[in-house]
Amino acid sequence: MLALEIRDLSKTFSVGFWKKRPRCVLKPLNLAVEEGEVFGYLGPNGAGKTTTLKLLMGLIYPTTGTARIFGVPIDDPRAKTNIGFSPEQPYFYDYLTAQELLEYYAQLSGVPSGERAKRAAASLTRVGLKDLDRLQLRKFSKGMLQRVALAQAIVHDPKFLFLDEPMSGLDPIGRREVRDLIQELKDEGKTIFFSTHILSDAEALCDRVAVLNHGELKGIGVVRELLSGTEGPVEIVWHGDVGRADLEALGAKTRGAGSMTRAVLPQARLNSALDALRKVNARIESVNPVRHSLEDFFIEKLNLHSQDPPVEAARS
Amino acid sequence: MTRILPIAFNTYREAVRDRILYNLIVFALLIVGSALLVGQISIEIERIVLINMGLTSISIFGVVIAIFIGISLVWKEIERRTIYTVLAHPVRRWEFLFGKFVGLFGTLAFNAALMSIGFFAALIYLSHGVSRPDTYILIAIYFIVLQLMMMTALAMLFSTYSSPLLSSIFAFAIFAIGTFSEDLHNFAAAAQGPAKAVMTAVAYIVPNFSSLNVILQVAHGIPVEAGLVLHNTLYAITYTAVVLACAAAIFENRNFK
Repeated sequence: MLALEIRDLSKTFSVGFWKKRPRCVLKPLNLAVEEGEVFGYLGPNGAGKTTTLKLLMGLIYPTTGTARIFGVPIDDPRAKTNIGFSPEQPYFYDYLTAQELLEYYAQLSGVPSGERAKRAAASLTRVGLKDLDRLQLRKFSKGMLQRVALAQAIVHDPKFLFLDEPMSGLDPIGRREVRDLIQELKDEGKTIFFSTHILSDAEALCDRVAVLNHGELKGIGVVRELLSGTEGPVEIVWHGDVGRADLEALGAKTRGAGSMTRAVLPQARLNSALDALRKVNARIESVNPVRHSLEDFFIEKLNLHSQDPPVEAARS
Repeated sequence: MTRILPIAFNTYREAVRDRILYNLIVFALLIVGSALLVGQISIEIERIVLINMGLTSISIFGVVIAIFIGISLVWKEIERRTIYTVLAHPVRRWEFLFGKFVGLFGTLAFNAALMSIGFFAALIYLSHGVSRPDTYILIAIYFIVLQLMMMTALAMLFSTYSSPLLSSIFAFAIFAIGTFSEDLHNFAAAAQGPAKAVMTAVAYIVPNFSSLNVILQVAHGIPVEAGLVLHNTLYAITYTAVVLACAAAIFENRNFK
């Protein structure tokens, strides 16, 4: 069963005081997330990531389309029994302690009274706030509140987690810890949908990513395939510049790098290139596949569409 | 109910931790001071003055708290985005709203009960005992609690779509008009033409707090009819239910941007 299924989900707000005009913040979105998958929802600030999450959480209503969580429509409260949500810039009842807050949310999720205190304490321990459980939240820093947000998202042991920028506001150690926590949750078989604009986090954690810009889905990719580079180009580095012209004749792009030469060419021509270098007794330093980064995919998807000619111009 | 009660309890906890119950200290000082003062003024009217002052204080303290907390009850949740994580749980919007209402009304009823205990203690001190007419005072307090229930619902209604400043203006205006609702009904009866229709509509829309005010009556030891108790109970429950339904309808359709 699909953990999340989004069909033609869109949102248009009316803006303006006297004369209302429509402002589309999310164009019809179609997306599916498999159970057990870690899905990264990428995009620059203002791309529509938080809007999507608000739609899924029922905080705003869609203009068109539907979404289902484990087959249950999002407007049905039962859809929320198996999910946890950590909002971007989380705010909580600051008169409560972290322990009280988590027990409250556990109660709202239907956790039996005998288990609430135990589950709340365990969640706080998991996010590294074990010793601060009796402290009122008004005394917490931004990073600590971010951890509380994660703790409340997991306190009722949901199957599906929606995390909106879960690393924002965290210091490098905190980011590492949260990243490890997400990895642990993934290992436990949880489905995780998280939005971020920090690509290294997505690269480290996600199975698949979607790129969103200006409220429009620009592309979806499997991270492993994007990074593998098995069919991509290869890079050869050797001492001196002997054989450079031979490799250029094979279609390689070459460049001098100090006392060495670097050539990048399609993998299909690797053997010919190596033969050519052996023939001139070149001392080969390394042969490596050129790895794509998620950043390449991200930039490619954003640029690809931003370079599209306007519809009117294309017609003329 | 499994989701309404925790929300209600959390609302009560918020009120207590925001030191709302500190008003009881002011009330206690007022009642003790009044009891000592009126005891020195006149032997015959001291009881009437104390009952008037005590019950009016319970009503005003309650209404002021109902308005000032009620108007920001929902607004604050939206502004501070605390509502995001609550509604991400299996909580329906009307359950959230009703839970907040139950929590605030429960706080106000508890507050009124504590003030009533203090008031009765002062009355017993002044009268050197309890007489039968004192039991009528309980009915007056019950009517005050009904009034608080209606004011809480109205304040919450305004809170679902308006800022606290505007909501407080609306709420105090409605309270003032409701206090003189008897006059509105009289105006409506005396008016003619379109004005009559408008006045009649307004008279029925604003809460009828006149019929809930029996303070003067019980101060003079005049019993309250059982029919009025039943009528006011049904009226207050119905009015509150309609106002909460309107609040829920508005809240249900809101986008929390």
